[in-house]
Parts: sequence; C-alpha cells; structure tokens
Amino acid sequence: MFLELLIILAKIFAIILPLLLAVAFTTLLDRKVWAMMQLRKGPNVVGPFGLLQPFADGLKLLFKETIIPAGANKGVFLIAPVLTFTLALIAWAVIPFGDGIVLADINVGILYLFAISSLGVYGIIMGGWASNSKYPFLGGLRSAAQMVSYEVSIGFVMVTVLLCVGSLNLNDIVKAQETVWFAIPLFPMFVVFFISALAETNRPPFDLPEAESELVAGFQIEYSSISFALFMLGEYGNIILMSAMTSLLFLGGWQPISLFGLLDWIPGPIWFFAKTFLVLFTFCWVKATVPRYRYDQLMRLGWKVFLPFSLFWLVLTAGFLVTFDLLPVKG
Amino acid sequence: MDELLREYLPILIFLGVALGLSIVMIVASLITGEQKPDAEKLSAYECGFDAFSDARGRFDVRFYLVSILFIIFDLEVAFLFPWAVSLGDIGTFGFWSMMVFLGVLTVGFAYEWKKGALEWE
Amino acid sequence: MTVTALVFYLFAAITVASGFMVISARNPVHSVLFLILAFFNAAGLFLLLGAEFLAMILVIVYVGAVAVLFLFVVMMLDVNFVELRQGFLQYLPVGALIGLILLVELLLVFGSWSVLPEAGNLAAARAPDAATLSNTDALGRILYTQYLLPFQAAGAILLVAMIGAIVLTLRSRPGVKRQKISDQVTRTMETAVEVKKVQPGQGI
Repeated sequence: MFLELLIILAKIFAIILPLLLAVAFTTLLDRKVWAMMQLRKGPNVVGPFGLLQPFADGLKLLFKETIIPAGANKGVFLIAPVLTFTLALIAWAVIPFGDGIVLADINVGILYLFAISSLGVYGIIMGGWASNSKYPFLGGLRSAAQMVSYEVSIGFVMVTVLLCVGSLNLNDIVKAQETVWFAIPLFPMFVVFFISALAETNRPPFDLPEAESELVAGFQIEYSSISFALFMLGEYGNIILMSAMTSLLFLGGWQPISLFGLLDWIPGPIWFFAKTFLVLFTFCWVKATVPRYRYDQLMRLGWKVFLPFSLFWLVLTAGFLVTFDLLPVKG
Repeated sequence: MDELLREYLPILIFLGVALGLSIVMIVASLITGEQKPDAEKLSAYECGFDAFSDARGRFDVRFYLVSILFIIFDLEVAFLFPWAVSLGDIGTFGFWSMMVFLGVLTVGFAYEWKKGALEWE
Repeated sequence: MTVTALVFYLFAAITVASGFMVISARNPVHSVLFLILAFFNAAGLFLLLGAEFLAMILVIVYVGAVAVLFLFVVMMLDVNFVELRQGFLQYLPVGALIGLILLVELLLVFGSWSVLPEAGNLAAARAPDAATLSNTDALGRILYTQYLLPFQAAGAILLVAMIGAIVLTLRSRPGVKRQKISDQVTRTMETAVEVKKVQPGQGI
C-alpha cells in the first residue's frame, strides 16, 4: 500500500516537473517565435539563446512583493491563481503519453478534460471579482462569457470525434486513429476545435480579456509576484494542454505516421510530443500573424458560426455513420 | 479496492500535490519577497486616479443571457455524450430519437437568432 | 476498504461543511463559491459509487455552467448586504411561519411515502457489470430508446427555458450600429469610390 502510494507520487512528479519545464520554455518559445516573425531577436541575453530567460523571470517574480489591494477579498484573491494553476496541472492526469502510458486510465477521460476546461473560467471570474477594481472586473466578465461561448462548440466537436470512436477513454480515442487520423475525415471539426481552443485559452486573436489597449491587462492587473506567475503558468499550461488535446483527438496522439511502417521504431511519447509541439508552434504563429478580434465579432463567431456549423457537422457525421453502418459496435 | 476507484486515486493525490505545490509557492514568495505595503500601492488601479466608485457595478444583462444559453447547450452536449458512445448499439431508432431532440432545440436556436439574442452590441 | 471509507468521509465532511457555509457566509459570492465546492465534493461521492459519468456531468453542468450563472447573478445584483440584514428581525415571524409550513409539508410527503412494488425488481436488475460495459454506454443504451418520452420531454423543457430566458432578458436598445458582414462583403469599388476628373487650378 505504502509502496503503491510512493509509485503514484513518483509518477505524479514525473508529470509535473517536465510539465513545468515545458511551460517555462513555452513562454520562451512564444516570445522567440513572435520575435523571429517580426525580424527581432527576442530574449537572448540570459543564457545561450536566452534559454535561461524563463527561470530569470520566475525567480524575479518569486522575490517580488505580493500586493493584495486594500479593497480586495483576500481569500478569493489568492485562491484564484491557485485554482487556475491546479486545474492546469491536474488535467494532465488522464493524458496518454504513449500506448497505456497514463497516470489515471479512466473510462471517461475526455469528459474529465471537458469538465476541467469548463472549470477554468472560475480562476478568471474569481480573480476579476476579488480584485475589486474596474478593469479586472470587466476583463473577468468578458473572459467568462467568451470561454463559455466557445465551450459549446468544443463539446460538439468532442461528440463528433466520439461518434467515430465509441468510447470516452482517451487511449481508445488514439487507438481508433490507427488507420487514419481524425484530422482528415473531420477536417472542418479540426479547424473549429483549433480556433475554439485559441478562444478557450484567451490567446490572440481572442485575447480580449487582457486586451492591453482597452482593459490594460484584464483580470491580471492587480496581481503581482508569484500569484501573477501562477496565473501565467496556468495559462501556458492550458495552452500546452489544448495542444495536447488537439493532437490526441485529431492528430493520432502517440500513433506514428504510417509511412509503410518505416517510422514505427520511434517510440510513442516522442510522436506525441512532436505533434503537440507542432500545434503549440501554430498557437504562437497565430499570435504573431492575426490581429485581435472585436468583442461583438468574437461572440458572433462563437454563437452564429461555430455553434450551428459544428452541430450540423455532428448530425452529418452521425447520419453518415448510421446510413453506411460504420459505427463502432461493442456488442 | 474497486478497480474503477483505483484509477481515480492518482487523480485525487495529484489534486493534493498540485494544490500543495501552488500554496508552497505563494508562501515561499511571501517569505522571500520584501513586503512593504503602503496605501498607494494597495489602491486599485485606475490609470492613476483614485477610484471613482465601487468597481462591482451592475453590468449588461446580456452576460446573464449568454450564460443561460450556455447552460442549455451544455446540457444538450451532456445528452450527446452517451448517445455518441452507444449509437452503434441503439442504431437507427436511437439516431432519430436524438434528431427529434436536436430538432426541438434547433427551433429554440432559430428563435433566439431571429430575436437577435445572439447579437452583441 | 479503508482508503475508500476515508475518502468518503473526507468528501462527505467537506460537502456538509461547505453546504453549511453556503447559508452562513456573509458575502453571497462566497456562498456561491462554497456551493461550487459542495458540488465538487458531491461529484466525488458519485465517483465513489462508481457513477463516473454522472460525476463528470455534475461537474460539467452544475459547476461549469449553472454556478457560473449564479455567480453572474450574484455579482450583478450588487445588493448592499449590510442594509439587507437590518430588516432581518422584522421579517423573522413571517419567515419562520413559511419555514414551519414547509416543514409540515415535507413531513406529510415523507409520511405518505410508499415504495412501488416494481421498484424492488428494478433495483435488483440494476446496472450491468461495470467491467464489461462502462456506465456511459449503459446509460446511452436505454436513455434514447426505453426512456424516449422523458428524454424528449427534457428537450421540450430546455426549449421552454431558452425561450423564457430570451423573453425575460432581451432588451434591444435603439440606435445601435451593428456590423453587417454581407453589406461589407458586397461593397464593390463602384459603390465605394467615386472618381472625379479635376481640372488643374480648380477645386471640386
């Protein structure tokens, strides 16, 4: 029993530590990609190629003063970043890194991820409300409405994928993509999911909750020191999570590219990381290229374009599978 | 222990570890960072002005409408999950049963579209 | 086993404690946050019963959607609660009376409670074996066929809720300029630009 517990703890740290490293380097990647696309150098002073920049940032934030505004609700104010960070971490418990390499192989893996991502909104609302300051309040509200709007489309997209799998287990979802990645037959859904993921993580072009030009920094204004860092870590953790989910649902997760079995010798986790990295790079790429949406356009896109379209595609997929009797049957 | 619960135990422990880690980070920062609060530092940010009024004012009822509509569509998605998983076994009848359900909700969706509830101004 | 029991008491204790905090917290936003905690632990209890699908749906629907609405409403009301509390004693008799009536009604309901004879059979022929069939699948197999009518009724209720919400909350303000994408796209150079020949030394 005690040994079992130790093994679980070891596994958890084997996920958390690389994840935190990945988050740190994603902040750097983000800035580097952004800089390169604008013909700048980006951070390049701390360490070779600026590789130590994230750690310098982290240490700086750790030694800063934690400012809690006088009018704030102290408890809620401090819980908000903790919540964001915790949620970004615990979602990784069900992500399969390779065939069967997963911390908790639960039957309802994808529902778990959907639930965790629907909780993400609380960190932002709580932070925005507890600051008792105008910009955070507005930022929090906006962000809540935005995340909520795009979550419906994400739900429909997930259901469409499930139709082709017949199981809620993430490992099964990856296995079902052995012959063909779902990005090919469900390409429109892939696009909808990717864009909704951008909106869900408050990334540009949907970064309205933090729009500097109008809301200064949205719900994060009053945060300083490590509580700000926790928000940032949580945010980037969610971005990596969304990239991982995209690669699990649409790009075949740990399945190798089937080049007549030529590349099968590369282990699954490497495939998974490569695909996740590719999606992550696209996230950064989009940030560098696309201007910010206006709020009414954002809501319009979510409710009037993505929602009906993803529902329509869901019905179409189901109809197709039923008509041609292609549904996965479990007996 | 149940096989099913065995899979969930790591998640519970993970939750504890993640919470613990973030609390440790906050406490560490409180200890290592120099804390020198003063009235100006602790005042809410409002572009250098003193805050004119309490920040938590009333806001547009549309946010409320959006969240109600979200609940409804979220429930729709919740109904779709088991359907998607078991569609292979319930076949055509199950398919049409869900189509009627979705049809009813699409009527509502068309209504709100027509009414302009999805317009943001 | 002991771990299961321990986890059960942990979840149950937090559920009860946060339930108590919901009604005793001074700030309504704190109440809603405690309510969320209670939902969350209730989901944990569902998990312990083996109802993983229900647990996740509880988190998705109640925590992820309904509580967001509650938070919005509580944040939007912006009531001064100190003021609200002042009349507390004044309304106490009426409140106590209503509470008493509710209690009597509840007692009546529980007093006349009887179990259907079929209920025993239903309970005996309960869920299929969890090892062969996940409970999401088991639910899906009966919800859309055997329980077709309640399922469609749920759809109708959702429709009513949707329409009701719009009727109650939708106010269209006059004089709002909206973006019309079709107009923007159909605009051509002919409708947008007028080319004029300007003679040298003269204005237009």
